[in-house]
Amino acid sequence: MGLSKLNSLYREVILDHADHPHHKHDLAESTNTITLKNPTCGDVINLEINLTPDDKIADIGFTGDGCTISQSSASMMTDAVMGKSKEEALKMAKTFSDMAIGKEHPQADLDELQDAAILSNIMQFPARIKCATLSWWALQRALLEETDDTSEEES
Amino acid sequence: MAQKLSESLTDFPILNQEVNDERLVYLDNAATAQKPNQVVDALTHFYQHDNANVHRGVHTLAERATAAYEDARHKVQHFIHAEKPTEIIFTKGATDGLNLVASTYGEANVTAGDEIVISIMEHHSNLIPWQQLAIKKHATLKYIELTADGELDMADAATKITDKTKIVAVAHASNVMGTVTPVKQLAKLAHDHGAIFVGDGAQSVPHMPVDVTDLDVDFYAFSGHKMMGPTGIGVLYGKEDLLQAMPPYQYGGEMIGFVHRDNSTWAELPWKFEAGTQNIAGAIGLGAAVDYLTNIGMDRIQAHEQQLVDYLLPKMEAMPGVTVYGPQDPAKHTGVIAFNLDNLHPHDVATALDMEGVAVRAGHHCAQPLMDYLGLVATARASLYLYNTQADADKLLTALQETKEFFNHGTVKAE
Repeated sequence: MGLSKLNSLYREVILDHADHPHHKHDLAESTNTITLKNPTCGDVINLEINLTPDDKIADIGFTGDGCTISQSSASMMTDAVMGKSKEEALKMAKTFSDMAIGKEHPQADLDELQDAAILSNIMQFPARIKCATLSWWALQRALLEETDDTSEEES
Repeated sequence: MAQKLSESLTDFPILNQEVNDERLVYLDNAATAQKPNQVVDALTHFYQHDNANVHRGVHTLAERATAAYEDARHKVQHFIHAEKPTEIIFTKGATDGLNLVASTYGEANVTAGDEIVISIMEHHSNLIPWQQLAIKKHATLKYIELTADGELDMADAATKITDKTKIVAVAHASNVMGTVTPVKQLAKLAHDHGAIFVGDGAQSVPHMPVDVTDLDVDFYAFSGHKMMGPTGIGVLYGKEDLLQAMPPYQYGGEMIGFVHRDNSTWAELPWKFEAGTQNIAGAIGLGAAVDYLTNIGMDRIQAHEQQLVDYLLPKMEAMPGVTVYGPQDPAKHTGVIAFNLDNLHPHDVATALDMEGVAVRAGHHCAQPLMDYLGLVATARASLYLYNTQADADKLLTALQETKEFFNHGTVKAE
C-alpha cells in the first residue's frame, strides 16, 4: 500500500489550499477574534472575523502555524463561511465537526461546506482529526465570543 | 554492520506485524519501548501464581509477593550501581520521581533568593516542577544554554551555577537533541557550590550503562516503560542521608511507623516514600526488564545503537531537504534523531511514514522552551532501540524519500 493511501487524505485540492491558503492575513477591522492552540503539536490559529451589524460575516482572516491539514482546513473554512450569517456559520461548524468523526449528514449540509467537505476522509486518520477541526472550532468559539487562548487538552 | 542483539521476532511478537500493509518499523522508542515476552510473562506469572499485597500479609502468597517485589528493587539497585537497596524508591515514572524531589527536598531546602539551575533542553517533567517551586519560593530559575552543536554549554553551566544555587537538575540524555550531558562534571560543579544534583535518566538508563555512585548524583529518576518494563512503574534513586532527612511525599498506608491521634512516625527507607499499595506487578515486570537488558549487556546495547546511528545519521544529513537537529557528528549523537523535511509540517511527515509502516513521533516532545530556543514549532523524531536493524534504518530512509516525492508532486500513483 505505502503512500498511495495518502492520496485520500492529501487530495490535490487540500494541497492547493495548504500551498496557497485563502484569507491568510490579519483584518484591518474585526468584531470577533480568537487564538486557539493544539498543544499536542504546537499548532496555533489566530482567527479574526468582521461581523456586520446584522451578524453576517463581512470578512474573515486567519494567521498561524500548522500542518498541511490544519492550514488547508482553515483556508477552506474561510471560503465556506464568507458572507454567511452567524447562525449559518455555526451550523456549518457543527456539520464539519460531526463529519470529521464520521457522523451521517444530509448531502445538502455537506454541500454547504464547499471544498471543506473533502476532509470527510480525515476520519480514516484518527490522529489527524484535531488538525482538521481546529479552525472550525476557532470559528465556533469566536462567533460565540468565548474567551481567547483556550487550549485543547494536552495529550 | 550492527548484528541483531536479540531474537526480536520471537522476543517481541508486537514487532512481527504489518501496519498499513507494510512491515512495522517501530522508531518511537524514546516515547516508549516495546516489551519482550520475558516481561509480559513475569506479569502473567505474578498474577497467576503469586498475587497478594506486600509487606502486610503473613500468608504464603503475601510472602512470595513481598519477596518478588523486594527482589525487583535489588535488581534495579545493582543495575544502576546504587550502594544500598534503601536508596531505590519505586515511583509511577520519571515524572513522579522528579516531582517527589521538588515537593520534598525542594520544598524543605529552597528559600527566597535561592537559585535552581536546569537546562534549556529539559523535558517538561524536569522543568515545570522546578519552575513552580521557584515561583512558590520566590527563588530564581536559571537555564544552562546549548552550544551551536546542540550540546550542553559547560562554560555557561560554570557561570549559571553559583553559591546561591541549591538544586541543579539536568537530563542525562536529551529526548530531542540526541545528546548526552556530562552528568559527573555537573554533579561536581553543583557540589562545589553546595548544591545538590538531580539527574533525569529517562532517556539514558534504557540505552547506556549508568553508575549513580560513580556519577555522584544526589537524585536520579527514570521510567520503567522506556526500558522495556511496564507503564506506571519508575524509579527514584536518592542518596540515603538525603532521603532520611526529607519529609514524606505522600501519607497513608505502608509508609508509617506508628500512628497516634495527634502525630505519626514514618517507616524506614525506602518504604517511607511508598505510601499506599504500590504497583507491585509493575515493579516485578521492571525487574524482568532489568534482567533482559542485563543479559544482553548495556555496553552491547549502546554499541549497537551507536552503529545504527553511524549508519543512519550521515545518510539523513546528506538527504536534500532534510534537517537533522543536534550534533551532526554521529559519534556525539544518541539514537534519538529529531528532524524536519523542508516546507512540511512534522505531523504530515509522521502520517506519511505511518503509511509506510514506520512509527515516529511528531510534535514538541514535551520540550516547548527548547522548541522556542531552536525557533521551531515541532519536529519529527525517530528513536532507536536494541531490536532495530539496518533494514529498519533503510526503510526509514526510503520512506523519507517517498514522502518528499509525494509532497513535491502532490500525489503518488496507486500501486
